[in-house]
Amino acid sequence: MKKLLKYLDSYKKESILGPLFKLLEATFELLVPLVMSDIIDKGIAFGDTGYILRMCAVLVALGLVGLLCSVTAQYFAAKAAVGFATKLRRALFGHIESLSYSEMDTVGSSTLITRMTSDINQVQNGLNLTLRLLLRSPFVVFGSMVMAFTINVKAALVFAVVIPVLCAAVFGIMFAGMPLYQKVQKGVDRILGITRENLTGVRVVRAFGKEADETAGFDRENEALTRMQTLVGKISALMNPVTYVIINAGLLAVLWRGGVSVNIGELTQGQVVALVNYMSQILVELIKMANLIITITKALACAGRIQAVFEEKPSIQASAAPARKAAEGRGAAVAFEHVSMVYKNAGAESLTDINFAAKPGETIGIIGGTGSGKTTLVNLIPRFYDVSEGRVLFDGTDVRELPLSELRDKIGVVPQKARLFAGTIRDNLLWGDETASEEELWKALETAQAKEVVEKKDGGLDARVAQEGRNFSGGQRQRLTIARALVRKPRVLILDDSASALDFATDAALRRAIREMEGAPTVFIVSQRTSSIRYADQIIVLDDGRVAGIGTHEELLGKCPVYKEIYDSQFDSGQAGRAAGEGRAAE
Amino acid sequence: MKKNTQKETLRKVLHYIRRYWFFLGLSLLLAGVTVALTLYVPVLTGRAVDYIVGPGQVDFDGVFSTGVTIAVMVAATSLAQWLMNVCNNKITYNVIRDIRGEAFRRIQILPLKYIDNHGSGDIVSRVIADVDQFADGLLMGFTQLFSGVLTIVGTLFFMFSINGWIALVVVCITPVSLLVASFIAGRTFSMFKLQSETRGEQTALINEMIEGQKVVQAFGYEQKAMERFDEINNRLEKYSLRATFFSSLTNPCTRFVNSLVYTGVGLAGALAAVSGRLSVGQLSSFLSYANQYTKPFNEISGVVTELQNALACAARIFELIEEEPQTPDDADAAELTDVQGQVEIDHVDFRYKEEVPLIENLNLSVQPGQRVALVGPTGCGKTTIINLLMRFYDVDAGEIRVDGVPVRRATRHSLRRNFGMVLQDTWLKAGTIRENIAYARPEATMEEVVEAAKLAHAHGFIRRLPQGYDTVIAEDGGNISQGQKQLLCIARVMLCLPPMLILDEATSSIDTRTELKIQEAFARMMEGRTSFIVAHRLSTIREADVILVMRDGRIVEQGRHEELLEKGGFYAKLYNSQFEQ
Repeated sequence: MKKLLKYLDSYKKESILGPLFKLLEATFELLVPLVMSDIIDKGIAFGDTGYILRMCAVLVALGLVGLLCSVTAQYFAAKAAVGFATKLRRALFGHIESLSYSEMDTVGSSTLITRMTSDINQVQNGLNLTLRLLLRSPFVVFGSMVMAFTINVKAALVFAVVIPVLCAAVFGIMFAGMPLYQKVQKGVDRILGITRENLTGVRVVRAFGKEADETAGFDRENEALTRMQTLVGKISALMNPVTYVIINAGLLAVLWRGGVSVNIGELTQGQVVALVNYMSQILVELIKMANLIITITKALACAGRIQAVFEEKPSIQASAAPARKAAEGRGAAVAFEHVSMVYKNAGAESLTDINFAAKPGETIGIIGGTGSGKTTLVNLIPRFYDVSEGRVLFDGTDVRELPLSELRDKIGVVPQKARLFAGTIRDNLLWGDETASEEELWKALETAQAKEVVEKKDGGLDARVAQEGRNFSGGQRQRLTIARALVRKPRVLILDDSASALDFATDAALRRAIREMEGAPTVFIVSQRTSSIRYADQIIVLDDGRVAGIGTHEELLGKCPVYKEIYDSQFDSGQAGRAAGEGRAAE
Repeated sequence: MKKNTQKETLRKVLHYIRRYWFFLGLSLLLAGVTVALTLYVPVLTGRAVDYIVGPGQVDFDGVFSTGVTIAVMVAATSLAQWLMNVCNNKITYNVIRDIRGEAFRRIQILPLKYIDNHGSGDIVSRVIADVDQFADGLLMGFTQLFSGVLTIVGTLFFMFSINGWIALVVVCITPVSLLVASFIAGRTFSMFKLQSETRGEQTALINEMIEGQKVVQAFGYEQKAMERFDEINNRLEKYSLRATFFSSLTNPCTRFVNSLVYTGVGLAGALAAVSGRLSVGQLSSFLSYANQYTKPFNEISGVVTELQNALACAARIFELIEEEPQTPDDADAAELTDVQGQVEIDHVDFRYKEEVPLIENLNLSVQPGQRVALVGPTGCGKTTIINLLMRFYDVDAGEIRVDGVPVRRATRHSLRRNFGMVLQDTWLKAGTIRENIAYARPEATMEEVVEAAKLAHAHGFIRRLPQGYDTVIAEDGGNISQGQKQLLCIARVMLCLPPMLILDEATSSIDTRTELKIQEAFARMMEGRTSFIVAHRLSTIREADVILVMRDGRIVEQGRHEELLEKGGFYAKLYNSQFEQ
């Protein structure tokens, strides 16, 4: 939390003035019983109606001033809390945007979204309440005690005993309940787990006829949860009765002590009434404080989680060295030299000693089973991850020595998951190149076989894209993401298993179009199926992170058993159209 | 929510509460006691104050005896209050346990159609989040609404019994605080709406950008994203500030009104005391009543919104509980035993959506031990056949017969027990590996479990796990690989080996070696069993007795491999596109 407090810096004034006005308000509130006691002792005792009226006017004035102070305090508190949250959100969003793939993998996007939204909101509410109440409640408690002392020291000693006892009771019950609440939460989680499990596995549950057993299991957990909830309920239900007993015991002591004092003339009747009033005020504030502490604890936990995100540092730092002029067009466009790669927190290498060179304009196929490292390999080219050993060369320069934006500008990536963003089709395509002209957009669409998709939509390029592109089919989305990559006229195009939803004819047309593109990019095609990469200039066969063979289809069939095994085992009717971007396929 | 649906929901809630009528009655009784005693204490305190008049005028006997009475009352009050809370907890938690249990039981008999269409997230949130929210509202309603109303009534009674005029002052001023509160609430509502709309907009952007972070970075969109974020963020700051500030006005304003009440009581009381119509002690009682009287008003308005919210949640839960269950088995439904595995599909029509025809006039006769391969592009509806065979969905016309018995006239339980199913979507329970393999037969011995695992080629990897067969699989099965999960699913079927099998061969996310193991395990299972296989492997398809070629949810061709190739239809095209470019 401490580190996050810097976002409160520009609201220093508000975060001091807020609590200050709150204390002012409390001070006025503390004066009220005193005034009332004067009304009783001076007004009623002497039958002075004028005095009573004046004092009542004072009471109203005190209330009014209190109201003004309080409203001012609320305003400053709200301003500080909201401003803090706004700055914090901005900083966190910027930070998350700067995180590399490696951190995104370890933290996970759903976690980050929770941090950005509900956690920050919790912190905002916590801060708002803290500014308003954290000082006020103890102030009123101790203020009441001080006021009691100014009235009569002996009677006030009762307060000195009652307040600690009350604190012990309120916080004791609260802290006794807290760990139990966590157990309740775990119970709820278990119920949630079973319910979700039964829904996702409904077919298996019914196939094995296990409905009755599952219900029995659910009942067991449900019963356990209910028992735990009832127990917690019993404990937290102690709060009111116990504090009620304590405060009334104090009240009785005040009355008795007061009676003795009044009898010997040390205290007046009105002052006894004032003491009784202070006693009730304390109870109210202590309960408020207990609730506040719960809120603050929650907010602090959220703040801790947010801080943890800030502590994730992006592992990929842009090169500080001035860009070396890449020797375009000569030698290899992309080359791997003894590249090995270990993911963060992973023990084993995902890629081991990879060597190959892709010449400009070549098509490279990459094939292998799941977890063999295909996606890892292509992700190293735009430097989404850094290699652990060896180096990746782009136009002869180590990618770590190129500015990130310059490197990524030259590469068009079509990821496995075809992801579009809410907005218009045009918005999505402009991601590729903001300066692209209308004509260039249509050209990219044509190459990606997406022209008719756009033409069929109402509004053409300006047709709405719903969140995650839900209003497009899988195949349409894939073609649009390919178009998006093509808009930037990349020198290297990476298709990561990204034509799976296309039918055969569309796929063939796509391959032909990419081959005929001006500037002929170097194309990487990742696939699990031999048919997709059969006609590539080079096929890299990966097996468990190692190169099992490099060569053309015919060469590999002869010399690479892994490739032959894959080829022989596949009649992949389901993925017939997967031969995306098979560069030279039709030649 | 409309008024009468609200009433309807309330009626249903009461139906659940009725089972705990004893606790409910007790709770109401205790609430009455608590309120009465709580209100009586200020009267006593006032009386005690009246015994303390001035120097030499203190009636210590009076103070003492009143003090003893107060002590007894307080003890009784707190006991009653605690017991009341315990009762309320008991009712609330038992009611929601019953409702949750009911919801879960309903899930077990809902038609698959409902579950497929609604998504697990929605249903889970009804069973968990809605029930929780409902419990909160119900509990709050019990503890606060009833005692709040009682407190108001009781306070009025006591105040009027002490002094009618002053009581009138309180009654007249208090509504002002309600007016102020509702005035502010009305004004802030639109601001809250703006705030939550903007918040929603921002959350949408955050979702999109963070989930698409990899694309964002690949295309260098970070700067642009930040600009869009800032624009919304600034608007949100403005709206949040307004909403937060204005809503936080409620408290100071009602407090101010309360202080007016307090002053009013003080003024009227003091004047009455001067003229001798009221004692100082009574004034002190009045002052504490003035505080007690206004509190429930402030609370009740909160409780009412909370209760409405709770009812809305309850309505969502009841929607689930009252969802039409699948048609129950006939009373005289046959138990399928000693099944040979003859399956006939006779003139079957089926469609998921009324207006989209899917399967029309499908005929197929499978002899015991035959293999049927389902072939077609991804998403072509191969699972539809599985749905119909397992009777997850009922056919619209025609019938499916197993060993000559129409499945509609057999119990679902016995029908499904005769099918062994391994789907591509590997589902395992949270629990140990042993529990998962023995899912269908929890009574199986360890030897049997190990034997099944060996047959499924799963024994090797299980042995290498740190806790072997006692390794706990997390809910998402994160600690073992996809392929290993599939092997466990096979072992699960191996342990009971029914006469008919439904297998999904799709192994796209599995490495070559595990794939070979799965293939072997499948082959072993299929020996002598009627099998329906969602097929991807050439060998499986070639050896199949019948190939069903599917496209867009429909069966377009049917026959053996050679016949279909000769026919030169869709199957031939699929086959050729794969191998002879």
